[in-house]
Amino acid sequence: MATGTEEHVVEGAEHAGGLAIHPMDQFIVKPLFGDGPVEWYTVTNVTLWMAISVVVLLGLFVLATSRRGIIPSRLQSVAELFYGFIYNMVEDVTGHEGAKFFPYVMTLFMFIFLANILGLIPMSFTTTSHVAVTAVLALAVFLTVTLVGFYRKGLGFLSMFWVSSAPLILRPVLALIEVISYFVRPLSHSIRLGGNLMAGHAVIKVFAGFAGAMGIASVVPIAAIAAIYGLELLVAAVQAYVFTILTCVYLRDAVGEAHH
Amino acid sequence: MATEPILEEAAGQCVNAHGGAIGMPQLCAEWIPNQVFWLVVTLVVMFLILSRIALPRIGAILAERKGTITNDLAAAEELKHKAVAAEKAFNDALATARTEAGKIVAAAKADIQKDLDAATARADAEIAVKTAESEKRLAEIRAGTMDAVEAVARDTAGALVAALGGSADQAVVDAAVANRLKG
Repeated sequence: MATGTEEHVVEGAEHAGGLAIHPMDQFIVKPLFGDGPVEWYTVTNVTLWMAISVVVLLGLFVLATSRRGIIPSRLQSVAELFYGFIYNMVEDVTGHEGAKFFPYVMTLFMFIFLANILGLIPMSFTTTSHVAVTAVLALAVFLTVTLVGFYRKGLGFLSMFWVSSAPLILRPVLALIEVISYFVRPLSHSIRLGGNLMAGHAVIKVFAGFAGAMGIASVVPIAAIAAIYGLELLVAAVQAYVFTILTCVYLRDAVGEAHH
Repeated sequence: MATEPILEEAAGQCVNAHGGAIGMPQLCAEWIPNQVFWLVVTLVVMFLILSRIALPRIGAILAERKGTITNDLAAAEELKHKAVAAEKAFNDALATARTEAGKIVAAAKADIQKDLDAATARADAEIAVKTAESEKRLAEIRAGTMDAVEAVARDTAGALVAALGGSADQAVVDAAVANRLKG
């Protein structure tokens, strides 16, 4: 019965002219004031939602900790939870040397996490669903790792491409693969985050479009939206975590002991 | 809906006349500088907030809490040691008191024994004296009894002799009685 209903829904949506479903409209960048072109300095919905994430960060990490309680308030313990979670991750993955990158990694994690979560508020704009944003984040990590690696190890940083534990004859081949994988990192790093966020939000929007065209049977897509929304909450947290832990793994190449 | 707008996108347009998206807004080059600019601003602000204010503060709070907990644990450990020492002192005092009590009991027992021995000796002496006296008197009584028996025997013998018609000399009768009594 359910499948029959869904087929009917698809047809119904198409009959409505295909205009009822605009899953990509939610990703449009538009000026907040006026209707002019989007210059680099224009205050847009991107600006608005990034500013909201900054406000939330201020509230959670500055306002909530302002009492400096030995016995924390609820929000303060949330902030402490984030602190401990990321600090342990950085220290476990990159080693003691990497701990000085903790504020950097924390900034990345909190930005992505807050942007992902805030993006799940209905009618909001998800800044991290744009590859332009995630690519900047990933390139920042790539450049940081590369520069820190050469700064700390000099040309010895290149030895991570030369797999000394492999047979000599295989090493040039492996070196080529390692170099390619090194340069693909920022691509996979950014597309993984942006793609996940974009796909989830687009799917929710598509189901919402079905619901609009189905009348009483829209209970089914609404239930699906609720389920996907739960999944998207998970994705929002997990993708922030994945981006951050990969950053730590890449940083380990730059600061840690050679492990190849 | 797809083909025509892509041409427009190539021309620098990412939104159609109705305000709808053309293609993927993610690929709209027109918006990228804006996003990158505000992202960099946001990241710098967040980094400053976190590295200058929030993270040192939270680190200090966590360190202070750790210090407080360590101090409290140390204080508790110290109090525990004190309690153990107090218990030991109490047990020592108890043991000393027990030893003292034992000594006192032993001394008292020795005193009592001495008194008892003295009393026993005195009583023994008195008993010996009394025994000797009694034996003496018993001997006297026995001797007196023997004398009385001899006198009665003599008299009876004399009377018998007289009753039987003989007239015996008293001295002879006495000698005969004495003879018989000895035998």
